Amino acid sequence: MSVKELKEKHKLLKEMSYEPKELYRGYSDRVLYINLDDNTVKEKTVSEEVKKKFIGGKGYGLKLLWDATKPETKWNDNENEIIICPGPIAGITQYAGAGKSLVVSISPMTDIVIDSNVGGYFGPFLKFSGFDALEIQGKAKNDVVIVIDGINNKISIEEAPAEAIDSHILAEQLTEMYAESSDPRDMKNVSVVSAGHAAENTMIGMLNFSWYDIKRKLCRLKQAGRGGIGTILRDKKIKAIVAKVAGITQDPNHVADMEPIRERGARFAKEMKELDASQCRMKQEGTAHLVDIMNDYNLLPTHNFKYGSHKDADNIHSRVWNSKFTQGMNDGCWIGCTMNCCKGVDNFELKTGPYKGQKVTVDGPEYETAAGVGSNMGIFDPDAIIELNFYCDTYGIDTISYGTMMAFAMECYENGLITKEHTGGIDLKFGNIDAAFELIHQMARGEGFGKIVGLGVRGMKKYFAENYGADMNFMNDIGMENKGLEYSQYVSKESLAQQGGYAMTNKGPQHDEAWLIFMDMVNNQIPSFEDKAEALHYFPMFRTWFGLNGLCKLPWNDVEPEGNAETDEPAKVPEHLDNYVTIFNAVTGSNIDKHELIRQSERVYNFQKTFNIRRGYGLREHDAQPYRAAGPVTAEEYKSMEDFYDKKMKEDIGVDPAGKSVEEKIAITRKYREDRYEQLLDTVYHRRGWTKNGVPKIEYMKEIGMDLPEVIEVLSKHQ
Amino acid sequence: MNTITVNGNTVEWNEGMTVRDVLTVMNYTFRMLVIKVNGSIVKKENWETFNVPEGADVSVIHLMSGG
Ligand code: SF4
Repeated sequence: MSVKELKEKHKLLKEMSYEPKELYRGYSDRVLYINLDDNTVKEKTVSEEVKKKFIGGKGYGLKLLWDATKPETKWNDNENEIIICPGPIAGITQYAGAGKSLVVSISPMTDIVIDSNVGGYFGPFLKFSGFDALEIQGKAKNDVVIVIDGINNKISIEEAPAEAIDSHILAEQLTEMYAESSDPRDMKNVSVVSAGHAAENTMIGMLNFSWYDIKRKLCRLKQAGRGGIGTILRDKKIKAIVAKVAGITQDPNHVADMEPIRERGARFAKEMKELDASQCRMKQEGTAHLVDIMNDYNLLPTHNFKYGSHKDADNIHSRVWNSKFTQGMNDGCWIGCTMNCCKGVDNFELKTGPYKGQKVTVDGPEYETAAGVGSNMGIFDPDAIIELNFYCDTYGIDTISYGTMMAFAMECYENGLITKEHTGGIDLKFGNIDAAFELIHQMARGEGFGKIVGLGVRGMKKYFAENYGADMNFMNDIGMENKGLEYSQYVSKESLAQQGGYAMTNKGPQHDEAWLIFMDMVNNQIPSFEDKAEALHYFPMFRTWFGLNGLCKLPWNDVEPEGNAETDEPAKVPEHLDNYVTIFNAVTGSNIDKHELIRQSERVYNFQKTFNIRRGYGLREHDAQPYRAAGPVTAEEYKSMEDFYDKKMKEDIGVDPAGKSVEEKIAITRKYREDRYEQLLDTVYHRRGWTKNGVPKIEYMKEIGMDLPEVIEVLSKHQ
Repeated sequence: MNTITVNGNTVEWNEGMTVRDVLTVMNYTFRMLVIKVNGSIVKKENWETFNVPEGADVSVIHLMSGG
């Protein structure tokens, strides 16, 4: 069907014109609210108080979601929302990595708030259309497309029965449909948010945010991956959300002072030009440059996080990705990103599934994907990884969760907890590429064992125990989830700080709060509990700040200025930190310093923590980790590094391993490591101003200026 | 045994051991490193030639990338 025919099938459910409003110093102070139950479309005003306390991005998302839901609201209740909010800095093009959106909702996987940071042009286009945030509540009866037309200042809700569901087709269809013409310069002014078939049938649905790549003449996709927001999108029967603008001007944010932004941007661009090739090679390899490094440091998860390296890892070495990625393109997911890390594989011919035989452009794989759908599942075939990456994206599911879930199911299968009888005849061994494809296509069709895997690790544990009598204790040890979310792809066994960096997160074990493995395990820079606690306070707070402002984390430390090594605190990259302070002030006209930057994050971070507590979570028990994250669960794991573990036992625990069985040694190691994790929780909670049960203290909330009445009401029950 | 300390780990030392040799022994393949021998920075251009003395305290700081 042609795009014209697809459009003819649309039925207009609602159209609303709105007053154009220019941004002022990064804000419009308006939220676009849509309720699909009755097709309400209205504007909300953002108060000065909310702006001051919540800044934007994730902060706004949390505030809106708190106000819109009740403590018992479930992910698939009509009142659950999807909020997309970029933040005040988003949309500038003079500094790298400034086009991100934060998506916030109540997650089907965790039953608490999820937030996911994503590139693509949608967030900036939403702002340029005159809104700081998009807040969607309710459910449509039939599939709809929501259109934010920033050219004609109209919002429409249209029933859209005929378009594709899968993102690589849908993004193209809608970009063509809503662009002012087929001229690539017009196509570039449209961005689409969508999911895919597997988002409908699993709990791990994600959102694709598109941008039109003028050179390649096609839509590229970036993912808001974590926590099942794509599942919510499809549950609301939203096929897509489209934003369109007339064009991208030099200063749509109307910043307070452009000059410092330009100056810092130029400085950063110079660093990229001169240093990237000898540092992270982001322009050539993106984050996939990490695969071999992680393998070398025993941090690359293989076989469901059992091991940290593999003899076949060379097959997925960064040099392989370098050769697969098209080089020499500007691969930025927002204009002006001189880091350009969004690498792509062009003209890739698919070998499986409904699109078999088609030649497609695949966005990625990034490190997390190469490890998730690759090494962690025992797959070291780069073409299989690229194709799994493609299908996860177009079907709308999170590569990280897919990888960790599949790896868990594979280990259950290899241990006889589930058999071919349960998998529908699939031989679900590690490394079975055919099985990986069969199950991902089943997820898209909502069939067979794929649908069960699509419940997530926590869902599978329950299902396997209840229906197949599988051993829950063993599954709890090897099931790499915390709070219901699957772990991202780093082995944390030998880094206590990273164990906290994963399991103490607000949303579940995603490394975007803290990545401390090198500081802790390799550099030995934070040896004491107090050192670790300081790092587990500072870095999560600092990284939260990116999500308040619509920024990408990567330009912070994936290239480092020449003199960084000689600074007092190289891990914080002081020059880049100063760039961020300067840019925030230059955009908003404020006058913050690096301490106030952390304070801004502390307010929002602790609000999110309180939100979890309001929902019956967020306490110490919810920071428990699966033992696989902390140490060897099985004899084969222990034996794979027996000398290392024995040495640790002698030196760290003070127990002589001689004459002890492997089982005894596992038990001794486990007791020691579990005790240390509890001590870590105590120390970090204390540093963060929390009680021993992980609850922010009221006096601390007063100190940071987040003692809002609704917050105090929740916290006072837990002091 | 003749040893040095690298990031708190005891490592065997050999006559003529260079900074590069230390990296090889430790399998430190990461590119963004700051190396100090007994508290003094050794610049990258000298890694191949700088001899690490016996008993030295070597710190190889991996600047946090990743994540
Ligand atoms: S660094 Fe990469 S992910 Fe971040 S904004 Fe730039 S291109 Fe996008």
